[in-house]
Amino acid sequence: MPSEPIKYIDRTRAFYSAQDFTPYNYAHHESSPFHRLQKPLAACRVAIVLTAVTNGETPKNLRGAESHAVSDAPESFRTDELSWDKITTHTDDRQSFFPLEVLQSLENEGVISSLAPRYHFVPTEYSQRNTRENDAPAIRDACINDEVDIVLLIPL
Amino acid sequence: MTARTLEEAGIATVVIGSAWDIVNHCMVPRYLHNDLPLGNPLGKPYDSVGQRLSVISALDLAVNSEQPIAVKSDLQWQEDGDESWKDNYMRITEAGLAELKKAGEENRAERLANKSAGLTRAPS
Repeated sequence: MPSEPIKYIDRTRAFYSAQDFTPYNYAHHESSPFHRLQKPLAACRVAIVLTAVTNGETPKNLRGAESHAVSDAPESFRTDELSWDKITTHTDDRQSFFPLEVLQSLENEGVISSLAPRYHFVPTEYSQRNTRENDAPAIRDACINDEVDIVLLIPL
Repeated sequence: MTARTLEEAGIATVVIGSAWDIVNHCMVPRYLHNDLPLGNPLGKPYDSVGQRLSVISALDLAVNSEQPIAVKSDLQWQEDGDESWKDNYMRITEAGLAELKKAGEENRAERLANKSAGLTRAPS
């Protein structure tokens, strides 16, 4: 029987308290917006949003949302500055967080209509305001422009 | 928060991740939880079967769910059910405390230097 998922909020609070930081207030909502899809999966265009970094030249604290052609996706994303379990695992296999090949094969099989021409990077921002007012709207506008029906968001 | 913004614009979203409490605290329209170490939200490295299953399960949620939903998959890190990896992440030990304090001081100094040099996005 699997145990309960790790309580990351408690664990990060303890970890950063030990570094004399004040506790981070994670985004919290009691309800969620919800859009019911109006078409079958085979008619849907799917886009990917991820937190792994494509453009490592931009300093971490200046990074904002980015949209990139899937044809230009790197074989290896930059992940070293992100928080993940570097003791237990690695991020050498991009397909463990970036499902490009799976979505391409689902497109070829006719399961989905298409993979969107662009994927999107959203930074893991300390500032929720930056995410809410800048990054999320930029990705929303790009997805509307690309006529996307479904977005898979895959935080590392 | 990005999922919520997309959903408000009429785009169906599914978050696939490994931080059950953080994602549900935020509350997103659809969440597929894989109980794996942070770093491989779709499945273990080179586990193409598990990774494909994650994507198909997420797309199924996108098409078939009728209200906000969060589900846990059956994927496991170790086939034998060993979950000792869960003790590793952000583990605090007596021996490591001094190092953590030092890392905190360095982090604060770096932030201050970045702010002074204008190397920061506006809101905080």
